[in-house]
Amino acid sequence: MATASETKATRRDFLYIATGAAGAVGLAGIAWPLIDQLNPDASVLALASIQFDLSPVAEGSTVTILWRGLPVFVRHRTPEEIEEARATPLADLKDPETDEDRVKEGHAEWLIMIANCTHLGCVPVGEAGAFDGWFCPCHGSVYDTSGRIRSGPAPANLVVPPYEFISDTIVQIG
Amino acid sequence: MANHAGNYTPGNGFERWLDERLPIVRFSKEHLMDFPTPKNLNYWWTFGGILAFMLVVQIVTGIILVMHYTPNVDLAFASVQHIQRDVNYGRIIQGTHAVGASMFFAAVYIHIFRGLYYGSYKSPREVLWMLGVIIFILMMATAFMGYVLPWGQMSFWGATVITGIFSALPIIGEPIQILLLGGFSVANPTLNRFFSLHYLLPFIIAAVVVLHIWALHVPGNNNPAGVSVKDNRDTLPFHPYFTMKDLFAIIVFMIPFAWFVFFAPDILGHPDNYIPGNPQVTPEHIVPEWYLLPFYAMLRAIDFNVLFINSKLGGVIVMGGSLLILFVLPWLDRSKVRSGSFRPLFKPFYWLFVLNFIALAYLGAQPAEGVYVVIAKLCTAYYFAYFLIILPLLSRIETPAPLPASISESVLGSDKKAKA
Amino acid sequence: MTEKKTLLAALILTLSLALASAPAVAAGEEPAHAEQQDWTFAGVFGTYDRNQLRRGFQIFQQSCSSCHGLEYIAFRNLSEPGGPQYSEEQVRALAEQYTIADPDAEGGEREGIPADRWPDPFPSDQIARDANGGALPPDLSLMAKARSIHLEFPWWIFTYFTAYQEGGADYIYNLLVNYHEAPEGVEMQPGQYYNSFFSGHSIAMPPPLADGMIDYEGEGTPETVEQYARDVAAFLQWTADPHMVHRKELGFRVILFLIGFAVLMYLVKRRIWRDAH
Repeated sequence: MATASETKATRRDFLYIATGAAGAVGLAGIAWPLIDQLNPDASVLALASIQFDLSPVAEGSTVTILWRGLPVFVRHRTPEEIEEARATPLADLKDPETDEDRVKEGHAEWLIMIANCTHLGCVPVGEAGAFDGWFCPCHGSVYDTSGRIRSGPAPANLVVPPYEFISDTIVQIG
Repeated sequence: MANHAGNYTPGNGFERWLDERLPIVRFSKEHLMDFPTPKNLNYWWTFGGILAFMLVVQIVTGIILVMHYTPNVDLAFASVQHIQRDVNYGRIIQGTHAVGASMFFAAVYIHIFRGLYYGSYKSPREVLWMLGVIIFILMMATAFMGYVLPWGQMSFWGATVITGIFSALPIIGEPIQILLLGGFSVANPTLNRFFSLHYLLPFIIAAVVVLHIWALHVPGNNNPAGVSVKDNRDTLPFHPYFTMKDLFAIIVFMIPFAWFVFFAPDILGHPDNYIPGNPQVTPEHIVPEWYLLPFYAMLRAIDFNVLFINSKLGGVIVMGGSLLILFVLPWLDRSKVRSGSFRPLFKPFYWLFVLNFIALAYLGAQPAEGVYVVIAKLCTAYYFAYFLIILPLLSRIETPAPLPASISESVLGSDKKAKA
Repeated sequence: MTEKKTLLAALILTLSLALASAPAVAAGEEPAHAEQQDWTFAGVFGTYDRNQLRRGFQIFQQSCSSCHGLEYIAFRNLSEPGGPQYSEEQVRALAEQYTIADPDAEGGEREGIPADRWPDPFPSDQIARDANGGALPPDLSLMAKARSIHLEFPWWIFTYFTAYQEGGADYIYNLLVNYHEAPEGVEMQPGQYYNSFFSGHSIAMPPPLADGMIDYEGEGTPETVEQYARDVAAFLQWTADPHMVHRKELGFRVILFLIGFAVLMYLVKRRIWRDAH
């Protein structure tokens, strides 16, 4: 008798647990599309990775392009600027990082970085400031020719986005 | 029932503290868990729960669609395409909302016809019934304005035709139409206000639904036998008996719903609405969505003048009347017997009324010419005769079949029949 | 019990008739007989045939695209799963062949990239009209959904159960294969062509296809107007409904889950109600 009612109880419990689990799966299945629709859509993702032809950018000039809605500096550096950046001892830096780490090997003349000051997001002015790099007019942060923070309130170097050279003149950002 | 004994005892100190300040647990227990519900309710009664579910579905998917939709005549059509093509799961969410409107109306028609058959509008449930009619009218307004938002050809011309209804009113008609449109034709101001109201109305519907359920919980549910609840042998607590039954019905209801959403999301719509709205070209046939067709057929059936009322105004009066007459239905049908099951004369007239309503839907989709107009007039006449002549007359001459003494007896009786 | 069944039957009838009546007339604008095709994408199990979509795209490019746009299709769509599925390199190369108007670019235009939408063949509707004898060639991206064919009673009722939504592709096919010499006694206006399927039989679009005009490069597929028409109709069905395959796959999982869940819920309901009587 006791075993019979025990089996009965287990079977009933099993049914309730299975149904409850199925309900939970169903709710999760409904919730996921409702959440995922908040993520960037296909038309946004299609522009998440862009290709840019460097050949028109002359030495000593900077082009600002838009990537994922953010301004990006593409700077064709002069040999003096590269020299200056590489000569700086790491001990002088607030956010120590070598110039080699901020460019691609064999393409040291190309400095590509997101053009938002790491302080509060303003776009710094180029070829300005005490270190021949960038100067942020909002709160006076100064960056050097490698885009590294040298003075002012910004805590970090200008951010280098993920990019790669897919040929000598074309970079793919993102 | 209003006077059912609450048997909630706060379990701990916090619950007692809360109960003295906001008796929400007590309220939930009395109205959602323990509410005594007639044990003989059949599956037609699950459509109330299904409708609550559909309202939530439409509100949730609607709020999401608004995150991606642009209410502007130049961008609306393209933004719907953007939702269907680019937004993650956009095609499914948009399809759910569009098919959902049809499923919502399918459920509400079943709910209404269930009420008509079992006499759920009769005393003491008149207010419950009238609140239901208000919800139905609000649903039609919401659905109509929602249909305008994709700004296809049917959206544009549907808006033009339906707002034209108001111009039928003498003297004030035209100013009212201009006021509604925000211009002299359907244009950007119209789209923007329809968008605003389409977002607002579902919340008003939700508020009226609360009143509808409140009015249900005062007299309690009607039931297939139509006899009142006598004692607690007639009822079962709402939870778990009816929560689980309703949940089962909702899951079953979701199967055809999902069928349309995933396999045929456009089959309930109209091809012309995939052509961007164009004020210079009218589609060859303008038809509203299927759920408005019976009323549309009655609007068009009046093609003759009566005294000083011209045919246009006449059509509007008839269409409006076909809805307003539902408000006075509790006082037209004076029969003391609620359930149609025990009314031998009522039954054939009721089923004829159902068929007549289907016929009106069919006619609403046909061109208004030839024999269709004649049949539409006959069907319109029967629609009104059912309420104004047949029901009042039946309540005088009909001899009802013997009623069961109580709900529990009717349940036992049907068990015996089933076994025999 | 019989009464309940009658009630149920009547309500099902009500719904199916009411649901069905609108599209019945919706499609009614095309009374000419339409020959339904055996589409690979029809019905619940239907999927697109990748090779057919590629052939259809070839026809679109070589025959339609000089006058008709494809506004809602981006180049990137051509490499998405469930479609013609060209490689990303092929799509990038294709996009580069097109010039895109871009007010931010130098000179106001630039080379296309995969993210760009298909460029319109004419800069404005009025220029399109002027170039086509006053008629505006409609955009084709949604053509397969914006048209349908007329099905006689009771056939359209079955479409709800077979999920047949391919009336638009049928329409396109029938339109393209029904160009004929005008019958005797029928005068055609200049710039109008006789088409026995088109409403009114007089269409401003010259016959776009001819046997053998497009080379299918050794695929062994017949190079006939019928085959071209079928392929381009399939392609336009895809442009109108590019995520159909994904949607149906998801649908199977959802419906199977719902059926299983409904069975469980039924057992739970029955178990709970067992104590009630």
